[in-house]
Amino acid sequence: MGKFIEEYFDIVVVGAGHAGCEAALACARMGLKTVVFTVSVDSIAMMPCNPNIGGSSKGHLVCELDALGGEMGKNIDKAFIQTKMLNVSKGPAVHSLRAQADKQEYVRQMRHTMENTPGLTIKQAEAAEIIVETVKEGDKEIKRVTGVKTVSGALYHCKKAVLCTGVYLKAKCIYGETSEYTGPNGLKAADHLTESLINIGLPVRRFKTGTPARVDGRTVDFSKMEEQKGDDNIRPFSFSNEPEDIMREQVSCYLTYTNEETHRIIRENIDRSPLYSGVIKGVGPRYCPSIEDKVVKFPDKERHQIFVEPEGLYTNELYLSGMSSSMPEDVQYSMIHSMKGFENASIVRNAYAIEYDCIDATCLKATLETKEISGLYTGGQINGSSGYEEAAVQGFMAGVNAGLSVLGKDEIVLHRSDAYIGVLIDDLVTKESTEPYRMMTSRAEYRLLLRQDNADLRLRDIGHRIGLVSDEDYDRFLEKKEQIKKEINRVRTKTAGANARVNEFLRDHGSSELTDGHGVTFANLIKRPELDYEMLAAIDDDRPELSWRVREQVNIQIKYEGYIDKQLQQVGHFKKLEGKLLPDDINYMNIDGLRLEARQKLDKIRPANIGQAGRVSGVSPADISVLLVYLERYKSEKNK
Amino acid sequence: MINDTIAAISSGLTESGIGIIRISGSQSYEVIDRIFRTKKGNHVDLSEPNKVHYGFIVTCSGANNNSSSDKTTIDKNVSRETLDEVLVINMKAPHTYTGEDTIEIDCHGGVLMMKRILEAVTDAGARPAEPGEFTKRAFLNGRIDLSQAEAVIDLITAKNDNAIKASVSQLRGSVSDKIKEIRAKIINDTAFIEAALDDPENYSLDGFADTLRCNVEAVKNEIQDLIKSYKRGKLIREGINTVILGRPNAGKSSLLNAVLGEERAIVTKIPGTTRDTISESVSIGNVTLNLMDTAGIRRTEDEVEKIGIDRALKSAENADLILCVVDMSEALTDEDRELFKLVGEYNAKPLIIFNKSDLAQVVDINEAVSLLPKDKRSYIVISAKNEYGIDELYNYIDSMFTSGEIDYNDQLVISSVRHVALLKSAHASLSGVIESIDNNMPEDMYTIDLMDAYRALGEICGEEVGEDLINEIFSKFCMGK
Repeated sequence: MGKFIEEYFDIVVVGAGHAGCEAALACARMGLKTVVFTVSVDSIAMMPCNPNIGGSSKGHLVCELDALGGEMGKNIDKAFIQTKMLNVSKGPAVHSLRAQADKQEYVRQMRHTMENTPGLTIKQAEAAEIIVETVKEGDKEIKRVTGVKTVSGALYHCKKAVLCTGVYLKAKCIYGETSEYTGPNGLKAADHLTESLINIGLPVRRFKTGTPARVDGRTVDFSKMEEQKGDDNIRPFSFSNEPEDIMREQVSCYLTYTNEETHRIIRENIDRSPLYSGVIKGVGPRYCPSIEDKVVKFPDKERHQIFVEPEGLYTNELYLSGMSSSMPEDVQYSMIHSMKGFENASIVRNAYAIEYDCIDATCLKATLETKEISGLYTGGQINGSSGYEEAAVQGFMAGVNAGLSVLGKDEIVLHRSDAYIGVLIDDLVTKESTEPYRMMTSRAEYRLLLRQDNADLRLRDIGHRIGLVSDEDYDRFLEKKEQIKKEINRVRTKTAGANARVNEFLRDHGSSELTDGHGVTFANLIKRPELDYEMLAAIDDDRPELSWRVREQVNIQIKYEGYIDKQLQQVGHFKKLEGKLLPDDINYMNIDGLRLEARQKLDKIRPANIGQAGRVSGVSPADISVLLVYLERYKSEKNK
Repeated sequence: MINDTIAAISSGLTESGIGIIRISGSQSYEVIDRIFRTKKGNHVDLSEPNKVHYGFIVTCSGANNNSSSDKTTIDKNVSRETLDEVLVINMKAPHTYTGEDTIEIDCHGGVLMMKRILEAVTDAGARPAEPGEFTKRAFLNGRIDLSQAEAVIDLITAKNDNAIKASVSQLRGSVSDKIKEIRAKIINDTAFIEAALDDPENYSLDGFADTLRCNVEAVKNEIQDLIKSYKRGKLIREGINTVILGRPNAGKSSLLNAVLGEERAIVTKIPGTTRDTISESVSIGNVTLNLMDTAGIRRTEDEVEKIGIDRALKSAENADLILCVVDMSEALTDEDRELFKLVGEYNAKPLIIFNKSDLAQVVDINEAVSLLPKDKRSYIVISAKNEYGIDELYNYIDSMFTSGEIDYNDQLVISSVRHVALLKSAHASLSGVIESIDNNMPEDMYTIDLMDAYRALGEICGEEVGEDLINEIFSKFCMGK
């Protein structure tokens, strides 16, 4: 032999999209020798679809990732060209930050970070085979990963491998009658790995997603559209940044609408859509329907919003959010020309649908390691998710757990009550999703606790423990935490008396005046719907000077205390069930009291604990009762 | 749910001397404290375990408040009804059957009373136990030997199968349709809020709070109606209390005998023969009547007869239906008129029965009927002696019930304690939504209580929440980029 390259790494990461970057950076920063493969180094952290990061519930993911020591928040803080906080008129739990990115800048910054991270090797190569060996562990045979082979035959030995293949596996781009066997933006598809995944026993399936056309900004008339400006107050994604660190001039987005004419064109050509003609077989997400889907499924809607978003500062290309399509080229032109401001638009890139191979994520543990192959982790769209943010957090968790396991440390599982990340991963590995999974705030049952603003309070400790949050950042965090505690204590004990000044203030703010001689605490005043912590500064003389982040926490934690306490109680109950672990070797098929459907489902998903078992579809509360009894008996028998 | 507090009738649903209601769980003491009082209405000190306490179970309105509001002090301004004189035994964890704090209420053994006490217990914060749940807890808390585990599993599965069947059969199709309809309304509003939270640039919640308030109030009323129907449900199961009233010798006892088809009451021509109330059950069409024959109403100096008359009037006051018997072969007397006036004031629906149609008619039917309020002027002509018109009477009563005339609607009746507890829980959650709206809370807070209500209602028809919300969002709203 000797003809082929052979190298040794702790970790191999396959793919350098949003998941792969986070996985590779996390491992390298944990001190592990890491190599990351990509089909094109120029496409590291590429954003092939929408030019933004964050948004409802996705903003939460980015903040959580940042609190844990991930890169996405820091990177978008460097590359944004507009930011906006969504849902500010609603409760703090659903405030969501979204930033428009300069796509090129985003890629450049991430690539710079990757290339300058010690211990991280970047390699342009297509992975073709996962090398697995079977070893005896006690009386059991287990399969474990030992390396990854590239198309060229090079062998990269590793202790753990993380697959973040995105939409590249057997990718096929489709519009109209045209099909191209490429990844997004004409990049090379990865055609070899699927077979290896099937060979090692992973359940492979085919999903579909899509992207709208990009048009030339010089050919559209912005004066016919509504301008959408960014927020005056810039708020960073990263807890390591302050607003003043990242201030910059922002660009605008624009809003236009489809109309009856657009819909007529779509309806008249619907038989030419590969979605409806049967050419596309993959299952698409309900969240990002193509415009033809929207028109067919919601025939009563007279118009659909189309957000026109710049792709960057140094390009004229515009992204038409809401116009995702796989219609033939000529129909795309007609559709776009029918919209206000787009009468003369020229298309730079056509819209297309993309089909790709991914796996059924119920074959994964909550650590994102496959149950079948020890040491093989997967993250991102390969797990059947959609979205940059969903990908990034999975890549990070997969990378961290692969890394922790190389280091011989306990792996980390975030629970549904800890983070949106926990909700996302639990959903993926527990519920059998039939479409690309998108994070949504309604999926988080404890969302009042899982706020963007307190992501650091929830997760900073973990990030520091695994070594991905610097001591400096962590010390700042501890100080902030202490200040919040102290200030909450202060406003809980300090009272406002029923005096003229206080009552005048209350009158001015439409709040009922105090009559009781003892007065009330400031905390009680903060809880009044018409007041908040900031307003009360006017009558709170010895208030210490505190950062905006601390003030925000004090306000939220006091104002919503009743609701928060209620959710904490629910979490207490939830945790009890999560704490009841189900042993690996349970034979569900032999548990008599379980209904057949429950046996089959539990046998397939093999949940880690009673709580997760309860979330498996087809498992009833009565089945859980039976399982609890069985578990007790099992434990007692083991103890004998 | 492992650690919430559960309750059940543990002596079985049979008429027996003593009924036992058992409460188990960490909140057992709080629950009993809300509804157990001394004769004078004071709380009972239960701090020392394993003691027997004498006292009264009182109803507890408004205590099972699941909303986000602070715990309301239930003792203030709440009208309470004393249900039963009981003995309460309080036991402390872990030295109990289940291994948890346990309260046992020994009450009088009537099925109705046990159910009413169980209802009070669930109103006070306990949840009706699932089948086999006490035993399951006993096992999980190590109170039952391992060898019994298999039996516990069998118990859970077998009882669940039966319970599900029983539970579903307790639900009339129309009720489950109604609950599904209510759930659909709740999930629709929830989905709209969630869609708007997820895609705020596409869906606006401006002004939605007012719409939601209207919708939720309407749904609350529908649920309230179902809860009220629980009372009506009791009517069918336990019979409709029917009192036969009338002047002496109008033929009340003859009517009773004609309906029962047997000589239950002594019939003589001597007025005042029936001196006490006599009661019997009879099934007529779809309903059961608990017929009470009473002493004839007249002015009398006879002390025994007086007591009988008082009792007759008292029964009529609490009855569901009054059969008001008039001898049509005689002219109306002042006693008749006085009686009609009284009957007109009672809540129960009266039916005037002109008896003795076999004799010559003397009575002025129009005059008699006009003595009653306009909505209570139903009458029928019979001859109890010849059994003429009895079938017509049956049909008439049956139709009065099925048409809902007697505050009973066959369409929507809740009949199980478990169902009513879930309805009350849903109702409380919806009150929480209204409270959040009133307090100007942000919209995302509403959905917490909305989904709680949705979940509780789903449990009634055995439906889980699962991906309902996500599916509703995608099917109703056009989301995404």
